[in-house]
Amino acid sequence: MNRIAERFRDGLWRDNPGLVQLLGLCPLLAVTTTFVNGLGLGIATLSVLVVSNGLVSATRRWIRNEIRIPIYVLIIASLVTCTELIFKAWFPALDRSLGIFIPLIVTNCAIVARAEVFASRNPVGSSIVDGFVMGTGFALLLVTIGAFRELVSMVWLLALLPPGAFFSLALAIAVKNAIDGRRGEKREDAVPQPTRLVR
Amino acid sequence: MSDASMTRSGLTLAAIAAVCTTLVALTFQLTDERIDANRQAWLEQSLQPVLAGVSFDSGIIDSQLTFPSPNALPGAGDAIIYRVYSAGAPAAALFVVSAREGYSGPIKLLVGVDADGAVTGVHVLEHRETPGLGDQVETGKSDWATQFRGRSLGDPVSAGWAVRRDGGEFDQLTGATITPRAIVKAVRETLEYYAENRILVFGVSGDPAPPDEVSR
Ligand SMILES: Cc1cc2nc3c(=O)[nH]c(=O)nc-3n(C[C@H](O)[C@H](O)[C@H](O)COP(=O)(O)O)c2cc1C
Repeated sequence: MNRIAERFRDGLWRDNPGLVQLLGLCPLLAVTTTFVNGLGLGIATLSVLVVSNGLVSATRRWIRNEIRIPIYVLIIASLVTCTELIFKAWFPALDRSLGIFIPLIVTNCAIVARAEVFASRNPVGSSIVDGFVMGTGFALLLVTIGAFRELVSMVWLLALLPPGAFFSLALAIAVKNAIDGRRGEKREDAVPQPTRLVR
Repeated sequence: MSDASMTRSGLTLAAIAAVCTTLVALTFQLTDERIDANRQAWLEQSLQPVLAGVSFDSGIIDSQLTFPSPNALPGAGDAIIYRVYSAGAPAAALFVVSAREGYSGPIKLLVGVDADGAVTGVHVLEHRETPGLGDQVETGKSDWATQFRGRSLGDPVSAGWAVRRDGGEFDQLTGATITPRAIVKAVRETLEYYAENRILVFGVSGDPAPPDEVSR
């Protein structure tokens, strides 16, 4: 139980794919003009991440090192295609508004990063949890920035334009660091957290 | 890598490719019908706005006509046309066409033309253009597409039916000339088709008169 809580702290906060690892920034910056867009892309990315982690982990014993990357690409591309079809069938309005960013989930490096760093070395259950946690961390960030930009744009239109996206993300990272910093002052033992990702 | 291990890798890749393809094929089967229905609903929802300013008293959706391919309208495949009438006289026609020379593949358009051959509206139904560049042709993203309203083959004359960069009278978009160029061309071709086939559009054999009992 404790371990699961720890994993959530990693995915949502300490190792958040968007805030800390700075992965998947292209969709993050591009679609977060509204709360609903953020939520839509967040859920789509989360679903792909959970299933791709599950599949990569389930097949990890048969996959030799030399062909692992093409296999990840194959799995992720198929899952994204399925997700796109599902969005087109059940959420047509959201699909029109997210447009090309649903197929572009393929290029979200957060997904291939989790396959490589985690799912290829851990059992299926654990990998699914990892996909869920990391996906949720990414989705929450999309939703937060989407809601923030939508609100601010009511008084300041710049929030909807590309610079608004960069400022919003920068603000989110600054707030996170400020909170971490304040916590660090209280706990003397706190050391800077290295990111877990080997780049 | 030895031959044996190469074969093994090849087989693993092939097996996983087969599983993935099956997965996509099954999802396609499952969603195909709904996607078609959604596409049709989106088209029907877009018809009315493209007819802004036209007064008519017939139904739009049941006036659908399909011109099987090949036909002279822009785009590959069957062309779909809707007609509306006012007191039995042709009021406007709507063409579902596609601009083939988009930056990333064909752009599906709805073009409305009134009885005098003037454009009543242009609406982009589907496209894969780049967000922030080519996608500004979408109705919700900028008012680029409104510049066609009221234009016809004589206004501007033929050389003017191009983007400004090519010496024409239509605006391109900043940093994106290819998408607007493709759409201007498709709209012009639609108007040319209409000019030559007006009779075919409004009264095809087996469907001669406007359906007068249909209500709006
Ligand atoms: C990544 C990328 C995406 C582009 N997407 C489009 C597009 O969707 N539509 C378009 O007309 N031009 C697009 N362009 C620009 C074209 O390559 C071309 O430069 C432009 O249309 C010419 O316009 P200009 O002469 O006004 O600069 C894109 C360019 C790049 C590098």
